[in-house]
Amino acid sequence: MASDSNAAVLAARPAAARPGNSAMKRFARRRSTIAFLMTLPLITVIGGLVVWPAGYAMYLATLNRRQTAFIGLENFDILLESETFRTVIWQSCFFAITAVLLKALVGFWLAHMLHHIPAKGQRMWRGMLLVPWVIPPALSPLGWWWMFDPSYSSINYLINAIGFPSVPWLGEPWWARVSVIIVNVWYGAPFFMIMYLAALKSVPDQLYEAAAIDGATGWQGLRHITLPMMQNIISITVLFSLIVTFANYDIVRVLTNGGPRDLTQVFASYAFQVGVLSGNIPRGAAVSLFMFPLLAVIAFFVLRGVNKRTKEMA
Amino acid sequence: MSAAARPSGRPSEIMPGLGRRIGSLRGERRWALWTAYISLIIAAVVMLAPPLYMLLTSIKTSAEIADLSGNPWLVRVPTWENYAAIIGNPMFRGFFYNSIILTVSVVVITMVISVLAAFALARMKFFGSQVLATGVFLTYLVPDTLLFIPLYQIVGGLGLLNSIWGLVLVYPTLTVPFCTWIMIGYFASIPKELDEAALIDGANWMQMLTKIFIPVALPGIIAATIFAFTVSWAAFVYPTAFITRPDEMPLTIGVVSQLIRGDTFAWGQLMAGALLAALPPVVVYAFLMDYYIAGLTAGATKG
Repeated sequence: MASDSNAAVLAARPAAARPGNSAMKRFARRRSTIAFLMTLPLITVIGGLVVWPAGYAMYLATLNRRQTAFIGLENFDILLESETFRTVIWQSCFFAITAVLLKALVGFWLAHMLHHIPAKGQRMWRGMLLVPWVIPPALSPLGWWWMFDPSYSSINYLINAIGFPSVPWLGEPWWARVSVIIVNVWYGAPFFMIMYLAALKSVPDQLYEAAAIDGATGWQGLRHITLPMMQNIISITVLFSLIVTFANYDIVRVLTNGGPRDLTQVFASYAFQVGVLSGNIPRGAAVSLFMFPLLAVIAFFVLRGVNKRTKEMA
Repeated sequence: MSAAARPSGRPSEIMPGLGRRIGSLRGERRWALWTAYISLIIAAVVMLAPPLYMLLTSIKTSAEIADLSGNPWLVRVPTWENYAAIIGNPMFRGFFYNSIILTVSVVVITMVISVLAAFALARMKFFGSQVLATGVFLTYLVPDTLLFIPLYQIVGGLGLLNSIWGLVLVYPTLTVPFCTWIMIGYFASIPKELDEAALIDGANWMQMLTKIFIPVALPGIIAATIFAFTVSWAAFVYPTAFITRPDEMPLTIGVVSQLIRGDTFAWGQLMAGALLAALPPVVVYAFLMDYYIAGLTAGATKG
């Protein structure tokens, strides 16, 4: 760490010039005081707006609807017994896993294609392909919603034009699930592309040259050079995106609002419906807390990956 | 940020002496280039079609939108009437005004908190600094959808529901962890010799921060500012939960909840409103793309 050697330099200096010793001590004491003051706002935000609400959510989830009595785990019991909530669990997992896999695959493919074209054109393509990520994800689904509209669908127009029947995009449960995933992949794939492109550029060209001399095919290069070199960044982005997608709210809210018949509800939208719209705050808190164990597991692996990467770069 | 252009060392260029294999390599290469361009063109069409269609809808008249007979991807009589109507709508201007106040406040608060904290965490080792740095990263992984219900209670308890100041209070949970995290990375990459020189010259910590760290890490500060700006402009969960009065709504929830009413939607106006609302982040992106991308990738490649 930088600060270690910094402190060593500071400690070494007063040994040469004795009179500065007590001043140095005072300086060190002052330094930690200053550091504490500088981090105090951060600690306040993390403590007061993240840690405290997270604990408060656990407390809330054990109360009854009017928040007057402690009812233990009853909210969780009721949820797990309800058919609707079991669909929510299933849909959240299905949605998150499918969408993240597709985003990663599309992103990886596009990053590769972008890496292969001459460097001077890359900027322009990259600029165009990142546009979905830049538009606020509450607003672009409005455009998709209009494109999926049952009677005015411009996508169905194109599908009809090549001779296929219209698709009931948001009306039929399975198509609605597919639509939500399509929009999520459209929004998130550019992010993966950018991350993977940065990673691809950090793979030394010599490795590929050496492999080419040894007669390796492009596929072998991908499998034995690119993937191992990018392993860490791939796992970090996938895990991170899993968290974000699992907790997604805006796209589902705007596109389907959970419908048809609550079949596209995910944890976040269902928590919103139960907690805020129906006014059962404790049960809404219980719904969102179902995300917690999974997020904790993913966070553990992300942190491990990031630490490994920090060591590699050091 | 090794994203700078680098001469491409392809096997066929580097070793012209490969003899007979060269023809096939060149053919392979041309084929790869074609695949690349075709994939990119398809991807660009898919990625740009929704915003393009929003734009097309926004310059159509209501009659043309309702007309089912023609090709929906063509505009016959372009018109600005939807934009005129939406800009003339005082409610929509109110959303814009709220969004600006909200975003500016949140960006300023975020940058002050995260630059100070990142400086302390990157340069001053103190009790618990390592734990705190890890804590910052972990908080970044806590999604807003996990926190909005307890925060709803807390903000309600403070009497700040239905006020943009309640949002100013909670938005830092979205921005501060990531901005601090990437600023730690940028500050840690500044050579120690610089602060040693400053210390010898008698600078105190505050001078060191404002005279050396902030100017040297300016690209990082710009990247973090852009991140904070785009995130607070696009935030959706908190305003949807906390704000129900139209006059206190920021753009995202305002456009989604107030411009969609009844069964007959004014699609042209809705699309015009959504595009105008999306304009500020898109403009920032268009002019500061490199910083924007640096901020995106810094989160994972720096830490």
